[in-house]
Amino acid sequence: MRDVAIVGIGLSRWGEVWDASLRTLWTEAALAALDDAGIDHVDSITVGSMAPGLFVGQEHLGGLLAGELGMAGVPATRVESACASGGVALRTGFAEIAAGLADIVLATGVEKMTDVSGDDCTAALAAAADAELEVFHGATFPALYAMMARAHMARWGTTREQLAMVAVKNHRHGSLNPHAQFRQQITVKDVLSSAKVADPLNILDCSPITDGAAAVVLADMETARKLAHGRPLIRIAGVGQASDHIALQSRPDMAAIPATTAAAQRAFKMAGKTPADVHVAEVHDCFTIAEIMVLEALGLCPAGEGGRQAESGRTALGGALPVNPSGGLKSKGHPVGATGVAQAVEIVTQLRGAAGKRQVANARVGLTQNMGGTGASTVVHILEVAP
Amino acid sequence: MSTLNPARTAREYPARYRLEAARCEACGAVSFPARLVCPACRGRKFAAVTLAPEGKVLTWTVVHVGPPSHKHDVPYALAVIELGGGVRVTCQIADVDPAKVEAGMAVKLEFRRIQQDGEAGVIAYGHKAVPA
Amino acid sequence: MSVGIVGYGAYIPRRRIRLGEIAAVWGADAAAYERGLELHEKSVPGADEDTITMSVTAARRALARAGIDPLSIGAVYVGSESHPYAVKPSGTVVAEALGATPAVHCADLEFACKAGSEGMFIAAALVKSGEVTHALAVGADTSQGAPGDALEYSAAAGAAAYIFGAADLVATLDAQVSFMTDTPDFWRREYMHYPRHAGRFTGEPAYFKTTFGAARMLLEKTGLQPKDFAHAVFHQPNGKFPMRAGKQLGFTQEQLETGWLSPWLGNTYSGASPIGLTAVLDKARPGDRIFMVSYGSGAGSDGFVWTVTDRIDEVRDAAPRTRDQLDNGKMYITYGVYAKLRGKIRMGE
Repeated sequence: MRDVAIVGIGLSRWGEVWDASLRTLWTEAALAALDDAGIDHVDSITVGSMAPGLFVGQEHLGGLLAGELGMAGVPATRVESACASGGVALRTGFAEIAAGLADIVLATGVEKMTDVSGDDCTAALAAAADAELEVFHGATFPALYAMMARAHMARWGTTREQLAMVAVKNHRHGSLNPHAQFRQQITVKDVLSSAKVADPLNILDCSPITDGAAAVVLADMETARKLAHGRPLIRIAGVGQASDHIALQSRPDMAAIPATTAAAQRAFKMAGKTPADVHVAEVHDCFTIAEIMVLEALGLCPAGEGGRQAESGRTALGGALPVNPSGGLKSKGHPVGATGVAQAVEIVTQLRGAAGKRQVANARVGLTQNMGGTGASTVVHILEVAP
Repeated sequence: MSTLNPARTAREYPARYRLEAARCEACGAVSFPARLVCPACRGRKFAAVTLAPEGKVLTWTVVHVGPPSHKHDVPYALAVIELGGGVRVTCQIADVDPAKVEAGMAVKLEFRRIQQDGEAGVIAYGHKAVPA
Repeated sequence: MSVGIVGYGAYIPRRRIRLGEIAAVWGADAAAYERGLELHEKSVPGADEDTITMSVTAARRALARAGIDPLSIGAVYVGSESHPYAVKPSGTVVAEALGATPAVHCADLEFACKAGSEGMFIAAALVKSGEVTHALAVGADTSQGAPGDALEYSAAAGAAAYIFGAADLVATLDAQVSFMTDTPDFWRREYMHYPRHAGRFTGEPAYFKTTFGAARMLLEKTGLQPKDFAHAVFHQPNGKFPMRAGKQLGFTQEQLETGWLSPWLGNTYSGASPIGLTAVLDKARPGDRIFMVSYGSGAGSDGFVWTVTDRIDEVRDAAPRTRDQLDNGKMYITYGVYAKLRGKIRMGE
């Protein structure tokens, strides 16, 4: 298996981008990544997108977007794993290079969510849950995560306030990120008094609806060294992916996310690292409770201690293990298919020392965790500054 | 695009109408609805069983913002219920003050309307939990 | 061959609205309405309930008391004036849910408030003919009353189900009659949302004339008199009519009381006298004779004489009793919620 590095990163406009279509957003991000890498040719393209068919009536993104980029002819693959589509697009690109099928891959993610009504958006997102067992009965994503939250609160004594502190922390981080969708700071009181969505989650416990695309250029290490131009070389040290039954009811312990644990173990094993080696992480805080449960599942804190991480300041910028310095899904925004790639863009920025006001000091090892549904698919990447 | 297609609706009757499930002949795990491969042991031979409607609440939420299919039914309680033999279902708890739901609460599954394809389309029936 | 009821079951929704709630919205004198109709509150179906769901639950309860294999049910009749589909019988869903299909004769019935007893009449006769072993008849309604109209105070929801057979009876059917004339007292035209009624014409010339007509036929056919019965059940569109009819025929308050549910239930239309009968069966003793006359506008009455057997004591508690459902676990709602549940609010497109 060959070594793979990230040599270019790019983001499109991000938020409620009324005047840009899916193909425009994607092309913006792709061009930004190509320009950042200083190249204009790739061997392969991967595109992560959860539901372009439901959101904009468009499938067949591989062919469409290769053409948009002026690269018709290049093999282009759309992958889907609900909200983990981006992470899987990244892993797929990694695998093509590692296997020797390509030297340079443009790994991307995109979602255009605001061309449909709120109702249709909810219905499209719900397609990541079990249509027969869960959605048929009136389950929404907030409802499923709310049930996980209640299970976690019953098992470990996690409180509503601890959930709120995750949102407060991530908004503080987002206020330092010029690219974040929501840059205002919020308080615990704001979260607790915001509109109810699915008890115990309120609207400020939930990540927003966002349009956006993200792209990275991956290259084999030899090619990457030629494209470094004096910047730190960022290597993908480990990748892990795992699945689980998608219906929440199938999980023996509904307060845990086994797919995340399994994916993390595989990534750490490949990287030859442990959770203690991680300096900075971008995790999938689709809801406040998700960040709490993910930290436990990744082994970044002991089981049951997830609620204390934001509360104690450990996971804030300036703390021992900053989590979601970008603002996370909550504050930065969550264009579902793009998120997994956007997480990598943030970690690369951190490892390059280019994160400005939200820079994590001396960050050399970073982790991204991207998951779909209530955790039925998870992808974990471990990135490090290569010697 | 409606997902309440008549063929799909009819296909689901054994599970939705009659709580028909499948017990793996190799390991005894019950799958509901029936499936081809046992999730516990990957066995492929099953015996038909019918679930008893009694159960208890494992975890729940109160949905305040519903999906299009249940938009005007809020607030409603949605729960993961454990029936006999460890079989779990996700469904609403009807006829209850959502604020009074508790973990471990005894419930019984009762035949109810779950969804409809608008005013002119097919009605999908199934079961909801009600306080026992 | 002795034919009769093998199993019975009733379902009453939990929600209730008080007459005072309704009266306050329309500026009506609640106390006068309550006195005049002898009604205090009525049942309201939840958004997830309809004639089919109530029929299924009532039928399952009948099956629990009957203790038979659902596959032995050869006919299913659901009588209602609020079938969820205008075309596609409620009975097919009920039969499918019970596991009785496919060897089932099925039809939906309509005859205003007597569609339930219609089904009972037909089911009994079908068993008597030897054509089927067991036949299921259900009377169920989620009836509508036009906003502000007198009927809005009484239109309620509920279901009763009866499995007929020739063995293991809880009550024998000793006689059945039907009295019917064309009487335009209450009707609903196709595609109209609410029924209309002819005011005071619904009383003497309709309800009473028809009820007495069937009652006299029944007494003549059996040679019995009111004093020979332990209980009497009549159609109950409000609290007053069944009492007046019963007493005028010579029945006492005591005979009429057990099956008299309308003051706290409302008028469950096709479910009315059938549910009344279930309340009587919940309490009756072996050997008790029961007089039952239904009424459906349009107009007709079915009359039945039942005699309770020993077996009733064995199976009565296999399903919830009617009075328990009527008196316990009630959830009171406001008129606003009632209007929302009954589809009386004009929604956005």
